[in-house]
Amino acid sequence: MPEARSGTATVAPVLTRPPAEQHDGTREVLPPELGERQIVFDLSDVEVRYHGVTAVQNVNLRIAAREITAFIGPSGCGKTTVLRTLNRMHDITPGAEVRGRITYHGEDLYGPRVDVAEVRRRIGMVFQKPNPFPKSIHDNVAYGPRINGHKRGDIGDRVEHALQRAALWDEVKDKLRQSALGLSGGQQQRLCIARALAVEPDVVLMDEPCSALDPIATARIEDLMQELKSDYTLVIVTHNMQQAARASDRTAFFTAEVDDAGRRVGHLVEFDATEQLFTQPSDPRTEGYITGRFG
Amino acid sequence: MSTVTAPATTSLLQSRAASRGRRLRNHLATGLIIGSMAVTLVPLVFLVIFVVGRGGHAFGWHFLTTDIPILDREMGGGMKAAVVGTLLITGGATAMAVPLGVLGAVYLNEYGKQSRLARFIRFLSEVMTGVPSIVMGLFIYILWTLHFKSFSGFAGSLALACLMLPIVIRTSEEMLRLVPDELREGSYALGSRKVRTIRTVVLPHAAPGVISGSLLAVARAAGETAPLLFVIGIVTDTNSNLFHGPTTALSAQIFKNAISPFVGAQDRAYGAALTLILLVFVFTALARVVTTVYARRTTAAV
Amino acid sequence: MATETLAPAAPRNLSEGGVPPGRISDRVFRVVTLAAGLLVLVILGLIVVETAGQARSWLSAEGLGTIFSSNWDPAHHHFGALALIVGTLEVAFLALLIAVPVSVGLALFVTEVAPRPLRRYFVYAIDLLAAVPSVVFGLWAIHVLLQPLADVYSSISSATAGIPLLDTLFGSPSRSGQAVMTAGIVVGIMITPIVTAITREVFATCPASQKEAALALGATRWEMIRGSIFPHSRSGVVSAVMIGFGRAVGETIAVALVVGSNQRLSAHLFGTGDTMASIIVNEFGDATGTWRSALIGLGLVLLLLTVVIGIVARSVLGRAERRLAAVT
Repeated sequence: MPEARSGTATVAPVLTRPPAEQHDGTREVLPPELGERQIVFDLSDVEVRYHGVTAVQNVNLRIAAREITAFIGPSGCGKTTVLRTLNRMHDITPGAEVRGRITYHGEDLYGPRVDVAEVRRRIGMVFQKPNPFPKSIHDNVAYGPRINGHKRGDIGDRVEHALQRAALWDEVKDKLRQSALGLSGGQQQRLCIARALAVEPDVVLMDEPCSALDPIATARIEDLMQELKSDYTLVIVTHNMQQAARASDRTAFFTAEVDDAGRRVGHLVEFDATEQLFTQPSDPRTEGYITGRFG
Repeated sequence: MSTVTAPATTSLLQSRAASRGRRLRNHLATGLIIGSMAVTLVPLVFLVIFVVGRGGHAFGWHFLTTDIPILDREMGGGMKAAVVGTLLITGGATAMAVPLGVLGAVYLNEYGKQSRLARFIRFLSEVMTGVPSIVMGLFIYILWTLHFKSFSGFAGSLALACLMLPIVIRTSEEMLRLVPDELREGSYALGSRKVRTIRTVVLPHAAPGVISGSLLAVARAAGETAPLLFVIGIVTDTNSNLFHGPTTALSAQIFKNAISPFVGAQDRAYGAALTLILLVFVFTALARVVTTVYARRTTAAV
Repeated sequence: MATETLAPAAPRNLSEGGVPPGRISDRVFRVVTLAAGLLVLVILGLIVVETAGQARSWLSAEGLGTIFSSNWDPAHHHFGALALIVGTLEVAFLALLIAVPVSVGLALFVTEVAPRPLRRYFVYAIDLLAAVPSVVFGLWAIHVLLQPLADVYSSISSATAGIPLLDTLFGSPSRSGQAVMTAGIVVGIMITPIVTAITREVFATCPASQKEAALALGATRWEMIRGSIFPHSRSGVVSAVMIGFGRAVGETIAVALVVGSNQRLSAHLFGTGDTMASIIVNEFGDATGTWRSALIGLGLVLLLLTVVIGIVARSVLGRAERRLAAVT
């Protein structure tokens, strides 16, 4: 299935230089700027299997704090799979196995004494299709703080703060008690963002957050992402290359290839500063994808 | 490389004191949930052990083919009359309820659909599944037994059929609903009329589900006692004529013998209970086998 | 020999009359299936009519107020139904008290907790419980439950003697173990499978996206169940409870064997009692005349009660389904 190719026009054309030194994809090179940034996630040799069959493997990358990191690639290459390892959502996926090592601020995310609920509080997630609870707008955002035991007076402030952060407050402040399901798609997605922000996370993971939205709503969320990155680390999966090119700081390109047994397995091809990846990709496969030759 | 990773002096990911209560409640809830499964399995296991344990030594081919002793206090003997009675009465009920129920379901799903009458019938069928079986027994007693002034196995069949009918209608209608419209349309497009379409396309496709549902209804009917008590009478001689003369059934015999002080009668009750449970379990298992084969067939075809 | 010309006939007006052969069988079949469907209406109607007819002599002899009289005494020609009605409700409520929490737990177990490959087998086990005939439950209860329960009743009764409300509930324990509570326990076990089946289906319709949303916010599994599954399932569970209630009210044979056949109005849960279904089974054989008419009258009350419960349960479920369809 060909990916949406709306962004190629703004990506600088691939230069005619010869392909760079082959990267075998298993050892990404940290661009110099990353050196000064705090590392939030460090993935080494990460592999995910579903019912024994490898879906994605050999993933090595580091995600830096207060940045937007984008995962791009054709369908089925494992970008969402890798994203979901970061908040341990695979724990509830039947048959899913996560191997390798993933650390969060140096701590093993899958360690034996780790509290999964705390993991997910710190590392929030916004899904592809907005999924607000069938409750009021207020109760949606209040859900997280309530679970965490905040008192009633406190909750009202947290709800307002989260909605403001998600750029939704002005639109809903007079109808907090109304059902969240009455909002438009874009508003519902911003509500889901507010809901995630209300628990004061460190990281927000976004799985194709705009794919179900119209272009105007998409643009609003992209603006929101730029505002949020000053306080949160964002990792987003997107099939829209133009979005990755204009919105992210660092981009990881995944692809799926057929292995010896004839099965499609995803892996990480290249991981670089966005501008670098789109103007001077080191791998021919990256080049092929961003110029629309395949995918 | 001057990468800076935050030194993890204190763990960020382990639970904080505040959330200990939450985790405790979570564990407690999980415990209760698992506990409810245990609590449910206990009576089931004990019951099976009880019936098999006490009925096992009486049970056997001899038990099924030997007459019921006339006197309760007699030891030994068998339940032949009851076995024959249960099979005949349940068979008679099935012969009436299943065809009528399937036809009724055909009406609801293929003709009536969402018309007011069809919705009303559907609604009443569902309500009727909740009517206690003893009311069915009273009904047939009034309508049939009082009228003809005699007991018969057939009256029991009528009562059980009244019980089975709404169940067969409901389960069959659900199965018919699962048949995709594309199949019907394909048949119509080839020029088949409705009856032929139903006969050659819809019913065969829904057959496994309908059969499975009917088997479960049969299993339920075979175990019923109350509807039979007033209308079939009670005998010890085997009566192979469904329509003439009183008869007995396994369920009725168990009921009668359950409160008997005599060990002989009690033993026969256990044997009859084991027989009845085996019969019911066989039908239930058969229903499940049919469903599984059906599922495999449809996935294989895809 | 002249071959018949295959000149096409002039196109027929399709809406012209004339019945092509298949049409008749279509119509006949339609009528046949309609008749089969109407059978349900006819039967239900007849049941009401006939039972009411036979119950008439009871009602005319005693008046409608007999339903509220607690004096059931065939020897003296008193046929007050109240004690039986109350007994039926007592047993049914006790059964629900046991069955509903267990069923909810079971449904959660099968949909959320049990390891996926094993779920099927647990469902089979629950269905097996549903397949056991009432009379076999009764037989088992008589021989296995009565004695231990009698001991439990006397211990609790002596422990709570003197405490205001409790000594009424737990006083006068049955020595044989036959009691309202015993019937409640047995019926509770028997209605658990049906309540579980409906509850399980309702829980399974909770969209995965809702559950994921809760978990992704850091909820524990129990918090997710309380926050996403329960609110979603409220009306469905109510409907399941009502259906269980209907079954409990109509349960006959097992109750007849363990409830003790005492037609006195009482709140002693550990004492003997009786229900409408149970007394019909126990006394019908000996009953004549007005007595028999009264028993049939009790059957009518039972019928009306279960029909009303069924209607309410159905409309609650219908409303829930419609609301769900509007949201998804």
